[in-house]
Amino acid sequence: MTARSSSKFIKRFRSSPLDESTATGLVGETSEGTQEMKTRNETNRVELEREEGQLTVLPEGIVLDHGDMDIEISEDETMIINMGPQHPSTHGVLRLMMELKGETVLRTKPVIGYLHTGMEKTAEGLTYVQGSTNVTRMDYLAPLHNELVFSLATEKLLGVEIPPRATWIRMLMVELNRISSHLMWMATNGMDVGSTSMMIYGFRERELVLSFFEKVTGLRMNHNFIRPGGVAADLPDGWYDDVSAIIDTIPGRLDEYGEMLTGQPIFRERTEGVGILTQEQAISLSASGPVLRSTGVAWDLRKDIPYLAYDEVEFDVIIGSIGDTFDRFAVRLSEISESLRIVRQILEKMPSGPYRVQDKKITPPPRKRIDESMEALIHHFKLFTEGIHVPEGEAYVAVESPRGELGCYLVSDGSAKPYRMHIRAPSFVNLQSLPAMLKGGLLADAVATISSVDPIMGEVDR
Amino acid sequence: MGVDPLFLGPISIGTVIIAIVKVLVAFGALMVSVMLMIWFERKLISDMQNRIGPNRAGPFGILQTLADGIKLFFKEDLIPGKSERFVFKLAPYLTLVPAFLIFTIVPIGGVVHLFGHTVELQVADPPMGILFLLAMSSVSVYGVMLAGWSSGSKYPLLGAVRASAQMISYEAAMGLSVASVVLITGSLGTRDIVTSQAGAFFGIFPKWNLIRLGIVPFLVFLVAITAELNRPPFDLVEAEQELVGGFHTEYSSIRFALFFLAEFMNTITMSAVIVTLFLGGPDGPNLGGPAFVWPILWFLIKTGAFLFFYVWVRAALPRVRYDQLMDLGWKVLIPVSLGWLLLVGAMQVSKIYGFALFAAFIVAGALMYRAIIIGRSQSSELDIITSFGSDAQRSPKTHTSRERNR
Repeated sequence: MTARSSSKFIKRFRSSPLDESTATGLVGETSEGTQEMKTRNETNRVELEREEGQLTVLPEGIVLDHGDMDIEISEDETMIINMGPQHPSTHGVLRLMMELKGETVLRTKPVIGYLHTGMEKTAEGLTYVQGSTNVTRMDYLAPLHNELVFSLATEKLLGVEIPPRATWIRMLMVELNRISSHLMWMATNGMDVGSTSMMIYGFRERELVLSFFEKVTGLRMNHNFIRPGGVAADLPDGWYDDVSAIIDTIPGRLDEYGEMLTGQPIFRERTEGVGILTQEQAISLSASGPVLRSTGVAWDLRKDIPYLAYDEVEFDVIIGSIGDTFDRFAVRLSEISESLRIVRQILEKMPSGPYRVQDKKITPPPRKRIDESMEALIHHFKLFTEGIHVPEGEAYVAVESPRGELGCYLVSDGSAKPYRMHIRAPSFVNLQSLPAMLKGGLLADAVATISSVDPIMGEVDR
Repeated sequence: MGVDPLFLGPISIGTVIIAIVKVLVAFGALMVSVMLMIWFERKLISDMQNRIGPNRAGPFGILQTLADGIKLFFKEDLIPGKSERFVFKLAPYLTLVPAFLIFTIVPIGGVVHLFGHTVELQVADPPMGILFLLAMSSVSVYGVMLAGWSSGSKYPLLGAVRASAQMISYEAAMGLSVASVVLITGSLGTRDIVTSQAGAFFGIFPKWNLIRLGIVPFLVFLVAITAELNRPPFDLVEAEQELVGGFHTEYSSIRFALFFLAEFMNTITMSAVIVTLFLGGPDGPNLGGPAFVWPILWFLIKTGAFLFFYVWVRAALPRVRYDQLMDLGWKVLIPVSLGWLLLVGAMQVSKIYGFALFAAFIVAGALMYRAIIIGRSQSSELDIITSFGSDAQRSPKTHTSRERNR
């Protein structure tokens, strides 16, 4: 671009209406328009409907129009407020632009991208062996689920069958991870409705699970434990007692939460009937996980499209009835108990055998073999320099993460690195139900509702 | 001075010195107790939450507040460009000064004889003490309100709106419950209120207003001042999770510290006031030793119990929502305290009237309760029909084992 044309460009940019509407002029325009919420006069109807949470389309293609819009609201009576990205209760760097009338929320526009790290693109530069170190950082509260879905997708492309012990170890870790993630959610949700003690109690119980993870994987988060071909290591000695201790301790603590929050009139009043999402809305907004189940849809991938060995364990799918914030709380609280039930069964059924595939092209040889065998050394070298060569093709695998359907779409061109990786992040999809939930509520309800969706911004922005 | 609180008679140099000493002692004691209160709150709440709490500065971290105060003092004092500068600077003092002034009317002990003067352990005992209390607590509302308004920012503005609505509505409930105390005492002076509570029914039950008035005005007053103080669960005005800090979002440095000082000073003062009004102030049995020590000790113990109560409530309860708070104030506390005031008045006139009114209240209350229940059930039926369509939609479709009872 020449100097002249660039100055012209700047001039045009400066005189654009965007610059006048935003006081600072620091925000640029994306291909989808500005990220700021504009006044009602400057917003077109589709955008306005979206911000009011009304434009919802069912999979069959029927557009639902919930109620009529108040376009006549005068600009003098409302205030556009910016919540986040540094707001204490937007769970990281979520930013919401909200139009308020008094304290009542009229429109909401979630703005994301403040934690964008380009992990999907990074995955294209990493081999399949390195891939799980990358994906584990997306949903930092449920890292094992991310590793699991990536490994399952890779294995689907490779066409390998992993040994039963690996499957059950994966299931154990993943269910414990669900417990820790839900506990963390209970903690932050308690904090958001003003119960500071709940924050600490939730963290305390999560610590039990995390110290077990540390013992097994060496790390408290971002484990890189579940890898294509199995798991990184066998369970350590004494794992049975550790897990038993966890599943014996947590139920009692859950009863304490029941006393502290579920039976607490103030908490009930804060959450019941707040942030209601109807079944139709939830389905048309592609919500999944506890957000969808709280509306009464019994959709759980562990039950409906079983992966790992979930068809061999008994558990119930917890559903709510109304889809309010309390339902989402209750669903998660009961899901912790269900996960404990699964873990208890895993303890009994854990098979013996190898914990990873005995295929030299996929699994690195044990350290001792490298000193003894030339072949092992070569395999080791090839595996860690080149990586696993995955046959051409594409695969989509979805698992039920604590937040909903976590999907991994992998395209392979036959080389050792994925041609493209896409993660269907449940938080990202669930976030778009916020405008529908928040409309008509108060600012305090908004805080309770945002946390009830349980967005993890690392996963939203990837 | 107790005999002549407004200095209408001749003033001797001794009286002046005693007054000055009293002010200095009260000020110093209040400042130190605020420091201790902040430490106490942090330490206690951390015990309740499985944490350690402050433990670095001084023994058991007791100097932590001092360290924080010094740190804040040396921070940059930032005044936002869009703020109303004068009001912004004035607001912290408007909350701080009334907090101290209220404490001056609280009797913290009995009477001591010093150098031929009879000294009441109380900074001042004006005849209209209770009116002074109400006036001062109203002034402190202005501090919060103006702080939020003058910041020139949206979150503090929301906090200011909440503050003015919340505090004004709770002022009414608080005033009405205080009125019943005044009614039964027949005086507005705090010393009179305390002395009228001395003694005991049947030799066991203390003759405190808590018992004499029935427990209702006490409870109303307790809830009302919790809201007035912006203590959890009624701390909507600052509500960190919603309003990022509410009225003091834009404040920094020592002005920010002043707000906190005022908040904790208010907590202590109001605990002292509730002890004075309902728990007999320094009243309590003398268990030996010098006569003037025990009343002070009893006063401190009772006040400490309330301070503990506030910390406990903070650890245990979530925050109520703004509209629920207003509902509680206008629909529950004010009618209840008004009705109770009528009852206390009727009892003062004649016991027969009183019991007749009490019976009438019970009948009216039952009818009211029934009406509310019917009204609620009808409106909730309406809600369900409008927002969820038919019942068929709400029923779960596939395998489910658990459903919540509603």
